[in-house]
Amino acid sequence: MSTVILLLVTGLGLGALYFLIASGLSLTYGLMRVLNFAHGIFLTVGGYASWWIAVRLPLPDPWRFLVALLGCLVVGAIVAAAVEVGLIRPLYRRHIEQVLVTVGLALAFTALVQGTFGADPISYPAPAWTQGVTQLAGANIPNSRLLAIAVAAAVFLLLSAFLRFTRWGLIVRAGVENRAMVSALGIDVQRAFTLVFALGGVAAALAGALGALYFGNIDPERGTATLIFAFIVIVIGGLGSFTGSALAAVVVGLLQQFMNYYSSVYWGFSAAGDLSVVLLLAVVLLWRPQGLLGRSVG
Amino acid sequence: MLGRVRPGRSAVAATAIFAVLAAIPFVDFEIPGLFNGLLSTPGTLQLLALCATFAGVALSYNLLFGYTGLLSFGHALYFAAGIYVTDILLTRYHWALAPALAATLAVGIALPLVLGAIALRVSGIAFAMVTLAFAQAGSILVLDNPGRLTGGEEGLGLDVTHIPDLLIGVLNTRYLYWIALGYLLLTFVICWWAVNSRPGRVWQAIRENERRVEVMGLNPFAFKLLAFTLSGFLATLGGIVYLLLLGGATPEVTTANLSLALLLMVVLGGAGTLWGPALGGALYEYLDFRLLKLSSSSQVASLPSWLQAPLSQPLFILGTVFILLVFFFPGGIAGITGRMARPTRSPTAGTVADVPPEVAR
Amino acid sequence: MSTPIATRTVLEIKDLQVYLGESHILQGVSFEVPAGGVTALLGRNGAGKTTTIKAILGLVGRKGSIRLADRELVGLPTHEIVRLGVGYVPEEREVFSELTVAENLKLAERGTKPRYDLVFEVFPELEQRRAQAAGSLSGGQQQMVAIARALLNENQIILVDEPTKGLSPLMVGKAASALKRAAEAATLLLVEQNLQVARTLAEKVVVLDEGRVAYTGRVADLLADPALARRYLGVGGSR
Repeated sequence: MSTVILLLVTGLGLGALYFLIASGLSLTYGLMRVLNFAHGIFLTVGGYASWWIAVRLPLPDPWRFLVALLGCLVVGAIVAAAVEVGLIRPLYRRHIEQVLVTVGLALAFTALVQGTFGADPISYPAPAWTQGVTQLAGANIPNSRLLAIAVAAAVFLLLSAFLRFTRWGLIVRAGVENRAMVSALGIDVQRAFTLVFALGGVAAALAGALGALYFGNIDPERGTATLIFAFIVIVIGGLGSFTGSALAAVVVGLLQQFMNYYSSVYWGFSAAGDLSVVLLLAVVLLWRPQGLLGRSVG
Repeated sequence: MLGRVRPGRSAVAATAIFAVLAAIPFVDFEIPGLFNGLLSTPGTLQLLALCATFAGVALSYNLLFGYTGLLSFGHALYFAAGIYVTDILLTRYHWALAPALAATLAVGIALPLVLGAIALRVSGIAFAMVTLAFAQAGSILVLDNPGRLTGGEEGLGLDVTHIPDLLIGVLNTRYLYWIALGYLLLTFVICWWAVNSRPGRVWQAIRENERRVEVMGLNPFAFKLLAFTLSGFLATLGGIVYLLLLGGATPEVTTANLSLALLLMVVLGGAGTLWGPALGGALYEYLDFRLLKLSSSSQVASLPSWLQAPLSQPLFILGTVFILLVFFFPGGIAGITGRMARPTRSPTAGTVADVPPEVAR
Repeated sequence: MSTPIATRTVLEIKDLQVYLGESHILQGVSFEVPAGGVTALLGRNGAGKTTTIKAILGLVGRKGSIRLADRELVGLPTHEIVRLGVGYVPEEREVFSELTVAENLKLAERGTKPRYDLVFEVFPELEQRRAQAAGSLSGGQQQMVAIARALLNENQIILVDEPTKGLSPLMVGKAASALKRAAEAATLLLVEQNLQVARTLAEKVVVLDEGRVAYTGRVADLLADPALARRYLGVGGSR
């Protein structure tokens, strides 16, 4: 029983990371119809920025971690906004070229990080309490997982509130449906694009910093590796659906965690979780191509 | 179904080029700066053979992306399948060459057929991500080394017992070179035929406007699946050649990086043209090889360290070149020369005016 | 109805060219819209009426000159054009189905004093249904929202594209009277296939045929001449 609890929480923790990186992708795609392949670099930026700040800050924990976290959020927002203004905006409406450019950026940036900091994972100075465990129904839950879940839940609530109650949130919700009409109402949609991109960058940077706690280190390839799962999450959840990506992230995280564990225990094969996620994707596509909460393509 | 295929001047030019390429092992010719020593040395022939193989694989991807307009991010899977299936059958199960090749070719048809049937349920960006997911599954499978078949991270060296002596050994590189060239010629001919045939015209129509194809009473799904399967099959074929050239399989060929590199090659050369992607593929492989040497050379070592870091990474240069390419030369190499030849299109073609207004959706 | 003397022009279009793909949809359209009242833009299907509207708004690439009371619109992005005082009631209504009626209206707010009193006076039903998701409204009610969006702000001109399309006769009447109210405060450029509505609302008419202006004049004159009407509108005179 305690194993199940542990798997449940760690699966939710993984789902939390996926949600953080998928939420930005989901909004960006829904509003701009851009598949941002470079979204993974925001995660990498978040991880490396928080590490870089943390090792240089002579503060005690938890302040050191909090400052590093805030710093990486700022860096994530700036980098994301810069990418949008510099690379995406000039290619407005040329969707294929936008995708291609983000592909080039992803490759170049990962290589740059690799060249500057090395290809090997760098261990992360995590605050002591995140390395501890909490007792929950007989299971020892790593605190880093609980932190990830708490942060992801908070982000979900904040973003939902933003979408529901603010004017820019209204613009984003309308723009996801019909962005040409939004500009025909006199609204500069481009600014919404930059905003959404920046929000996505912040969420992904968070995922990078939390992932550093989760795995105990940072490495240049993690952004791209997690990004692929984020893509799967938003297709399963439904392209452009914010709540869909949250739901799918939870499902994928749990599935992956449970399957990986049981398959390695019973079959000595530890990748069944990852494969079953792909299988889930195939099943969803065959049964409901628009995803769980996506709109039927007309 | 074949339609009228008229060989013209370009066919003569293509034949001449292939004849020249085939003759390379016989001539004492040097291109200093580009290649070390004579072109006919085994080392250079090996590189040329790799370039030819990648050119062919790029052409196979061009069929899918350039002509039919299907943006797949997982094409490397079929290339990798050609490599690994052959390698496993020969090395782990000690099959003879002919049955191993036959089995691999069968996989080369069945795999893209099945995966394509699923992936094509969606289109556009969703399709791209699904193909990426499938390729990633392949990558995971290979790395996980189930039943010790794939060799995991270390890869799988090829057991050459059943390979004819003619193809083994440094001195026989020329035969592998000719096989690679033959593969390139084959993909070139198939692509050229396909493009000029009825399915080929439907593919291009699908790329332009899928709705119109439906209205004409044709089934786009069937044609897209055909393109997907054919291009996957050609990639698998290229994988077999690649395996023979390198004598082993490594998991790098299953990564998303290679699929993305294929995209890069095709865009670099010029998507939707015939010889552009072939050139792009050859150029990419050549650059990849040379940049590796360049990054560890003395010139780079003498640069300030902040410049050195990015330049020592081939992917950084390629990624940056790619970005610049998309901004300034969206037609790739072929586009540059093509535009100089035929500047007769409507003044707003390719601009915002061309995109159907989104208000009536 | 006596013809008001046109004192000024609110919209002046000169040699408007629009390409969609390889098709040359508008091949040099030129006309003027006088200030005040309603100008109808008529023509057969495919003549380029909707494209003209979209060109004014900058929703399609265009060449030529479009002047809104001395401001050149060609070259400006859509949202800037709209902010100069251009209202838009699109052909497919294009209300945001996931948003409520109130949210749809809120989004359309441009200035500091949105005229909700006017909107709810003309469309009392919308006030009742403020919290309802726009996607669950009937076609006629969605059309009300679309027109209300244009009424909310002070506009120099409102571009209205086939507002009565697909509506029941009762709703057609409601839409027409709402547009009449709108025309009291702003100039209207009205694309319509329903000639009855066009005749009721408009004084002047511009007829497009195959991407060019084929006829301008008074609505009454055009519809009184069956041969002319048939040639340009594909129908025989009054319906």
